[in-house]
Amino acid sequence: MHEWALAEAVIAAAEKIAEKEKLREVKEVTIKVGELQQVEEDILRFALSQLKPSNFKNAEFRITKARTALRCRVCGNSWLFKRNNLDAATVEAIHFVPEVAHSYIKCPKCGSPDFEITEGRGVWLENIKGVR
Amino acid sequence: MIDPREDVITERLKNVSRIIAVSSGKGGVGKSLVATTLTLELARRGYKVGLFDLDFTSPSTHLILGVKDAQPKEEKGIVPPIVNGLAYMTLVYYSGNQAAPLRGKDISNALIELLSVTQWGKLDFLIIDMPPGISDAVLDLVRLVKRIEFLIVTTSSLLAFETVKKQVSLLRDLKVPIIGIVENMKMNSAQTIERETEKIGVKFLTGIPFDSTLEEALGDVTKLCNTAIANKIIQIVEKTLLS
Ligand SMILES: Nc1ncnc2c1ncn2[C@@H]1O[C@H](COP(=O)(O)OP(=O)(O)OP(=O)(O)O)[C@@H](O)[C@H]1O
Ligand SMILES: [Mg+2]
Ligand SMILES: [Zn+2]
Repeated sequence: MHEWALAEAVIAAAEKIAEKEKLREVKEVTIKVGELQQVEEDILRFALSQLKPSNFKNAEFRITKARTALRCRVCGNSWLFKRNNLDAATVEAIHFVPEVAHSYIKCPKCGSPDFEITEGRGVWLENIKGVR
Repeated sequence: MIDPREDVITERLKNVSRIIAVSSGKGGVGKSLVATTLTLELARRGYKVGLFDLDFTSPSTHLILGVKDAQPKEEKGIVPPIVNGLAYMTLVYYSGNQAAPLRGKDISNALIELLSVTQWGKLDFLIIDMPPGISDAVLDLVRLVKRIEFLIVTTSSLLAFETVKKQVSLLRDLKVPIIGIVENMKMNSAQTIERETEKIGVKFLTGIPFDSTLEEALGDVTKLCNTAIANKIIQIVEKTLLS
């Protein structure tokens, strides 16, 4: 249920934007979830529905998934993250703190752990729609 | 696209009364030892305390505490386990004994992630063991944790104290409170650092002697709390933090 904490962050950030944009009612919140963190969409969705403040009560949460792209800083190789190369404990560790990927994943071409997560790291608030 | 995590950090720390970063411009001066002993001494006095190891690339508080197989609980976030009477958080739970080769951006990301999901609950003190230097971790912490206070560690060497002076001026520019400076690993009774500290208008907290028996106390908190170092830390606790 660590997704709950992420959902709280999404709601807090969305509320702040709604206030800044003077939205009376929020209709749609689009969230992008990177594959690396292996966030359970059902749990995230459930937490979001439980945490909704009153001006979000008719809001729809759209969750889009993003693949995780990695690029080696040593040899320049780019590749996509695949969870099935990793054991369950490692996947869980990365789930809590995606940066520990650097402790477990190596560049498939040169073996370096010095890579960049160029896309699909964590949970992002992509868009919010509502009425003033 | 917006990173939502930062917006929840204040909420996560709202029931923590004081948040103290143990820091130094210089490495190897005893930050981890001071941070850990300080947390243990506060816990021994009945305060609810947490220790957060923010030295992600070279964590060492788990070794000082002798942490064996503690793991956080998952409950609406991450709940740190209680180790030797303190709520204890470290990246080691996730990186294990693997190296964690992180660049600045990764360090910021991991720091923001842990601050936004860790449920510290109600604490009197949260002590943070900082990595050496005054870059990413210090700047992020100051930016994200508005109530942060710094306790600075130096050795008797001018090489350490020079970096500490730079840190003091940075923290002043950022309007961050400085509790004071600890002089660690003192080999004699010279008062140079004490005088220099007062010259820059910072409180001199205590001088901790070099203790050649310390190594045997690492990993054993009962022994650690009986060292000459702990005795000096108690002074900081009683004269400064609790007065
Ligand atoms: N007063 C002391 N007497 C003897 N040894 C000490 C004393 N203080 C610290 N040490 C030893 O010095 C070394 C460095 O201490 P410590 O790891 O706490 O420093 P640090 O500032 O946290 O280092 P880093 O910058 O790497 O995080 C350790 O081996 C520790 O046991
Ligand atoms: Mg240290
Ligand atoms: Zn490579």
